[in-house]
Amino acid sequence: MAVIMEMLSYPFLVRALVGGICISLCASLLGVSLVLKRYSMIGDGLSHVSFGALSIAMAFGWAPLAVSIPVVVVAAVLLLRITGNGKIKSDAAIAMISAGSLAIGIIVTSLTTGMTTDVSSYMFGSILAMSKEDVFLSVVLSLVVLGMYVIFYNKVFAVTFDESFAKATGVNVPAYNTIIAVLTAVTIVLGMRMMGAMLISSLVIFPALTSMRVFKSFRGVVISSGVVSVVCFFIGLVLSYMYSIPAGASVVVVNLAAFGVFFLVQMVRQR
Amino acid sequence: MSEILLKCEHVDFGYENYDVVKDVSMEIVPGDYLCIVGANGSGKSTLMKGLLGLLKPTGGTITLSEDLKKSGIGYLPQQTPAQKDFPATVEEVVLSGCLGMRGKRPFYSMNERKIAAANMEKLGITDLKKSCYRDLSGGQKQRALIARALCATDKLLILDEPITGLDPSTTQDFYRLIRHLNRDEHVAVLMVSHDIQNIVTQANKILHLKQTVQFYGPVEEYKKTQYGREFLGGAESWQ
Repeated sequence: MAVIMEMLSYPFLVRALVGGICISLCASLLGVSLVLKRYSMIGDGLSHVSFGALSIAMAFGWAPLAVSIPVVVVAAVLLLRITGNGKIKSDAAIAMISAGSLAIGIIVTSLTTGMTTDVSSYMFGSILAMSKEDVFLSVVLSLVVLGMYVIFYNKVFAVTFDESFAKATGVNVPAYNTIIAVLTAVTIVLGMRMMGAMLISSLVIFPALTSMRVFKSFRGVVISSGVVSVVCFFIGLVLSYMYSIPAGASVVVVNLAAFGVFFLVQMVRQR
Repeated sequence: MSEILLKCEHVDFGYENYDVVKDVSMEIVPGDYLCIVGANGSGKSTLMKGLLGLLKPTGGTITLSEDLKKSGIGYLPQQTPAQKDFPATVEEVVLSGCLGMRGKRPFYSMNERKIAAANMEKLGITDLKKSCYRDLSGGQKQRALIARALCATDKLLILDEPITGLDPSTTQDFYRLIRHLNRDEHVAVLMVSHDIQNIVTQANKILHLKQTVQFYGPVEEYKKTQYGREFLGGAESWQ
């Protein structure tokens, strides 16, 4: 408790905590749908696109979020389109786009500012990255995601479970896929500055996979993902403060541990 | 009762610049049990996707009855790989069939829950309603998906290669179930299938497709045509 009180006395840690909890909640909710639709790698791909966009924005001195959010949203919609057409397999498309934008980002950076601490913090995350503006955006975003999720919960389920059936019963499937893609894109741009481009996708994938070990209903998995994600983020941040380790990595390791625990529970149950 | 559920007039379907299915005219009225047969690549699946509204026709018109327009069409798709480990209870899956008639309301009403419960009862899966979909057997999964389709509409059921991956006894159970729904619950059935030997004992109408309609009419007549004899591979003469 004392440690937590001590942490809360630093304004930048409070910001990291509030922003991070909001982002982990959004990422985990969207993650359930993405993981089940076999789009797990989309988070990874988008974070690299975001890295590329941020490097370019920095090189030209533009506002980072104003540049990267639209770029990543476009990339997300494009990725879904490519998958829908089926001409290039989606995993290959994601790998191509993610490596491509990472490469562009690195070239732009080395030609202009060089590999500064800012760039390294985008790669591996920095707890100092959360500005007041970011926290505000994260809170607004998480309210939007939560609201959408509650209102469209049944449609999200139908679209995730069986796209063609949903389409045949008159659900506008492409619209819901686009909404999910856009929200994922915004979540990733906001989250990657704290978690790092290399690690942000874990916030999308881990909680859903963890919850699927134990829960048998879609609702159970969704609720559990949200809870697991927020709890893991909190523990990860505390550990990062206590042992002075990078926050992003620490959160991922706690998520990994949670996966291990749920996996054991599943094993014991099946006996 | 002579209301037509679904009617195609000279419909073509295709991708980009070539037509896969040409000039199909057919209709489905209540009580029908129509089976679409044909070799691989004959356009069966394309036609079915078109009837479901997943694909826009490149020519001709498809007319749906008012009821079906409102609720959408209930259908039993082939299993997708994503569904193999999908965490959802049978109840959640069945209830999702009610989505079409719900319109803009975010949650299901008591009435829709009742419809879902009634359909689970009809298919004998009420005691499985809290079970996880991924733990069910092939036959039980089929039943859950049929219950879901019936939630969308109890007028017309469209089935896409339904017996793929079922063992022989489950297959027979499945045909019995569909016949029961067709005769006793008055659900019109449209099935796309390979399983011609069983089909001729089950369906009452056949549509043989090979890009264009080769035959469309009652089963008895189909058996007498050249296509029927070829496709049945002389099964008649054994009996």
